[in-house]
Amino acid sequence: MQDLGISVLFRGKNLIRLLGGLGVTLELSAVSIVLSVILGLLLGVVMTLKSRVVRAVCRVYLEIIRIVPQLVLLFLCYFGLARAFGIQLSGEAAAVIVFTFWGAGEMGDLVRGALTSIPRHQIESGAALGLTKGQIYRYILIPQTLRRLIPQSINLATRMIKTTSLVMLIGVIEVLKVGQQIIDASRYDTPSAAIWIYAVIFFLYFFICWPISLLAGRLEKKWQA
Amino acid sequence: MADQLLEVRNLNKSFDGAQILKGVSLSIARGEVVVVIGPSGCGKSTLLRCINGLESIDSGEILLQGQVISGQTKNLHRIRQRIGMVFQSYDLFPHMNVMDNLLLGPMKALKRPRAEVVREAEAALERVGLLEKRDALPRQLSGGQKQRVAIVRALLMQPEMLLLDEITAALDPEMVREVLGVVLDLARDGMTMLIVTHEMRFAEAVADRILFLEGGSIVEEGAPKDFFRAPKTERARQFLHTFDYEAR
Amino acid sequence: MDWNFVQKFAPMYVTAAGLTLRIAAIGILLSMAVGMLCCIVQSFRVPVLRRIAAVYIQLARNTPLLVQLFFLYFGLPKIGIKLDAEHCAVIGLTFLGGAYMAEALRSGLEAVEPSQREAGMCIGLTGLQNLRYVILPQALATAIPAVCANVIFLIKETSVFSAVALADLMYVAKDLIGMYYKTDEALMMLVAAYLVLLLPISLAFTWIERRLRHAGFGDQRSV
Repeated sequence: MQDLGISVLFRGKNLIRLLGGLGVTLELSAVSIVLSVILGLLLGVVMTLKSRVVRAVCRVYLEIIRIVPQLVLLFLCYFGLARAFGIQLSGEAAAVIVFTFWGAGEMGDLVRGALTSIPRHQIESGAALGLTKGQIYRYILIPQTLRRLIPQSINLATRMIKTTSLVMLIGVIEVLKVGQQIIDASRYDTPSAAIWIYAVIFFLYFFICWPISLLAGRLEKKWQA
Repeated sequence: MADQLLEVRNLNKSFDGAQILKGVSLSIARGEVVVVIGPSGCGKSTLLRCINGLESIDSGEILLQGQVISGQTKNLHRIRQRIGMVFQSYDLFPHMNVMDNLLLGPMKALKRPRAEVVREAEAALERVGLLEKRDALPRQLSGGQKQRVAIVRALLMQPEMLLLDEITAALDPEMVREVLGVVLDLARDGMTMLIVTHEMRFAEAVADRILFLEGGSIVEEGAPKDFFRAPKTERARQFLHTFDYEAR
Repeated sequence: MDWNFVQKFAPMYVTAAGLTLRIAAIGILLSMAVGMLCCIVQSFRVPVLRRIAAVYIQLARNTPLLVQLFFLYFGLPKIGIKLDAEHCAVIGLTFLGGAYMAEALRSGLEAVEPSQREAGMCIGLTGLQNLRYVILPQALATAIPAVCANVIFLIKETSVFSAVALADLMYVAKDLIGMYYKTDEALMMLVAAYLVLLLPISLAFTWIERRLRHAGFGDQRSV
């Protein structure tokens, strides 16, 4: 049977199922990104504190998320926590916990970087103009911080979306898993389905992440000067 | 005009529709020092960059020893080996020490043996009073020292002539002198040079001939004595006048 | 914690770590080569090739490695291209890493002052000599922090190769959990293995970056 593999996609409810899986992917990403941004903003401010203890703790935290692969963190959370504390987490919950743990750390580091990058004389020249402390924040510090921060955090968001593909490995039924199920179900009538389905998923990810990356690049260029 | 080293004929150059050079013609004899002066934006730097092929030209001709060098793209590096250029911003290679900055061109472009070039480089550094800096990195040097190294770097290519593009413009006043001293020495040794500068006294001292460039064309040309004492054109008079005010 | 179990199966992790490192090393070296190629093609504005490089970089950077791997490992055999897990892993890692390295190198190149290029031209260097002796050394020095970050990122990404049945660290851990239900021990050894692998690299890179920052252009090798 020389049926083109792509036809699998339009058979029955396959396309709708695949898009449903994509919905799960995006939902997990969205929740993790929102939580990461909120926690990361707080964490970033904390990281600028001079306290040695705070710094040491942050350093260890950042080093952990920098070194341990996200997949390992997922396994730790999904299998490890379950055994250690007898909590039976769903794959989705484990995913949100891990991605937030990771994303908040990365975000915090970005916030810290943006905050500390503003030269002191910016504050001083604001003060020299007779601005109040509030005005200095409102007109000088916050706008400059955001200009550095926003492109970088958009990039972080695309990284998080891409990383959610890992959750299929702890049993979450997202787009990649749905794709696998469709391929398995049509193994006999359409053996070439795999290449088409995976290509479709590849481009689904691409057309979600690419515009976001473009936006980040555009903003970065625009705000560079 | 038997021994013209460089000839520029009716050179035109524009950027984005704005004509920077309008039919500039000039010639420089071997051993001659020509200084180009004029208000900023008059096209002085562009003229030098065109001669060295850093900018393409729209029309006209540039000849080195009677041989057309403009309009080529292939063997530009060969031509540049014969014409040295020094910039306002020194542009030493920050990742190499002084000696390696000096050796790079002669060894890689001219394929000369290292030992021979090292000997020449040491002699040249000695001459400009920087021998003890041979292993220093550019960032450890003052602006004046960097510029002297840059001049030596150009000289070690044994060029037929030198182009100097406002080489003292970025320097503190006390360093201008040490750099200009080196150039005066070169002039005395008979190096052919085309110099763009804002240092009027230096121009008067070093030049065999002054070219006054304004609005992309040569407005006046003459011996330094005549030009600085009694400029023939009103434009040049005005230009020198503003300089008098700035200087005092 | 069952220490006998740990002792018994630790050698498996060592073997797996060796495989992980080997794949990572090959993939990273190839990534550097691909990245360098893309970067040169783009900065010299080679027609056609630079467009291909641009499309490739966007494709690789905006899709997950896992999806790329599934395509290579499960998809390609359907059109007759059969790759074993190891080749898939190396190709996948290179496909991903090449794009990241290209971006890191490009930002390094863009940081080199244009006047440096002109200065090189003015002492008569050819385009290639200029690139080799003047531009690349400076670009690489600037790109080192980003390249280091990519190296760590790529080593971490190797953890997904277990999904195409490559017997790497992750795979061994999953195996042990599945066979013996020794979840604690298996996971602990997994984390320990990654720490042993990556902590020294991470610390070394931090040290290099700090040195670079303080020294500016410090003690580069001479000509």
